[in-house]
Amino acid sequence: MKPGAGTYRVGGKLYASVLGLLSPRPPFLSVVPLSGRYIPKAGDTVIGTVTDCQTTFWLLDIGAPRWAPLHVTGTPWKVEVGETDHYLHVGDAVVVRVESLEATGRIGVTMLGEGLGKLEDGTIVIVSPARIPRVVGRNGSMIQTITSHTGAQMAVGQNGRIWIGGSPEAIQRAREALEMIEEHGQRAGLSDRVESYLVSTDRTGERGPERPPTETAHRDAVPHELPPEPAGDLEPDEPETNSDDY
Amino acid sequence: MGSVGAKDVPVLLSPEGLRIDGRRLDELRPIRIQAGPLHQADGSAFVEWGANKVMAAVYGPREVHPRHLQQNHKAVIQCKYNMAAFSVDERKRPGLDRRSQEISKVIAEAFESVVFAEEFPRTSIDVYIEVLQANAGTRCAGLVAASVALADAGIPMVDLLPAVAVGKVAGQIALDLKKEEDNFGEADLPMALVPQSGRLVLLQMEGHMTPEELSRSLDLGVQGCKAIYEKMKQALRDRYTTARLPAEGP
Repeated sequence: MKPGAGTYRVGGKLYASVLGLLSPRPPFLSVVPLSGRYIPKAGDTVIGTVTDCQTTFWLLDIGAPRWAPLHVTGTPWKVEVGETDHYLHVGDAVVVRVESLEATGRIGVTMLGEGLGKLEDGTIVIVSPARIPRVVGRNGSMIQTITSHTGAQMAVGQNGRIWIGGSPEAIQRAREALEMIEEHGQRAGLSDRVESYLVSTDRTGERGPERPPTETAHRDAVPHELPPEPAGDLEPDEPETNSDDY
Repeated sequence: MGSVGAKDVPVLLSPEGLRIDGRRLDELRPIRIQAGPLHQADGSAFVEWGANKVMAAVYGPREVHPRHLQQNHKAVIQCKYNMAAFSVDERKRPGLDRRSQEISKVIAEAFESVVFAEEFPRTSIDVYIEVLQANAGTRCAGLVAASVALADAGIPMVDLLPAVAVGKVAGQIALDLKKEEDNFGEADLPMALVPQSGRLVLLQMEGHMTPEELSRSLDLGVQGCKAIYEKMKQALRDRYTTARLPAEGP
């Protein structure tokens, strides 16, 4: 097997370079990190906050190693030079798309495209970027579960920033559901657990009975990058060890 | 530093070959490592090692402050080792001093040799080490804590960095000195090991040893580092298994 992401090779042996789960997908053997900052990928939709206004661009904090410049030409507005702060201020939140990545680490983003733009209201919750596949679920099933049970609107950035809009009560319940996903992210039966929690805390009905996770549960919301996992707890791959002979 | 009268020196080694706290010469103090106690930081760890208590937090890779330290081809690793005013019996004057600057420097350099810094050009990886309670060997405890915190922060590295001090106590080579042994012993030799390659990335010495003693000390230290390495890996496994399995349901 060839060394994939999260690994390095010394003397014919493959070692893990990050703490994560072993993912053998021939011909590559890689380690999927369990933690860490958002590593940008071209095409990702992300949510950022403005940290600086320059004459022709804004700098956005998208939770990546570097701040991402959003140039005025990447916005739907006709911005005069030096008037960037008429449109976005420090602290404003925006939905943007990662357009280009350079070897220098520069991250180019754009606001031109469907679903992109400035966020005017609501709340932003930050979760680990490694949890995003779980938050979204298979074909968006988890997000669907949360929005339909709470009445909140949600937009998920691949960088672990999630926007929630709606009534204060809806926002609060969606936020609690996200906290659950952060807490139980590696476990099987997450969908059912979140759903039963949302049903049981629904103030419109009686407190529903606790539904135990079923056998089929872990089919849901398992990010497809991960190898099939055993029900129950998950043993992370040996981190940083030298036992990965191949 | 005045000379210490023979009367003031505690008995560091009993006739049976046991040390002041009952350990044998090649025995470590008890170690407990917790990965990820801080939520704000990108990675964190808390280490209790004998009577030492050390917290480490890692931020980054992130924008470099101050800007002029930025490197175009790799991440810079900035380390700040600090002892709390209440960490020792007699109040430690807070703030930077020569000792903490030196320790910050050698720890940062140790990490520079294991972190894949080229993956994050023009960024900074900031490591903060706070010693809450000190009882000799805090640079090693700090290094162990910072290393687990770096792994918890998802930063790519060659390996974890276990560290331990070996010393000379009552004429004998002893592993992992505690305070009395450090103060009244003849030598102190802290070291940090890269288990994957067997390289030492930190080695300092205070006091006197013969070449033969030095060589035996290194062997003993490497053996100690390997034991600590296992505890570090276990702490990271626990972070994602038992420690993260609270009671069922909401």
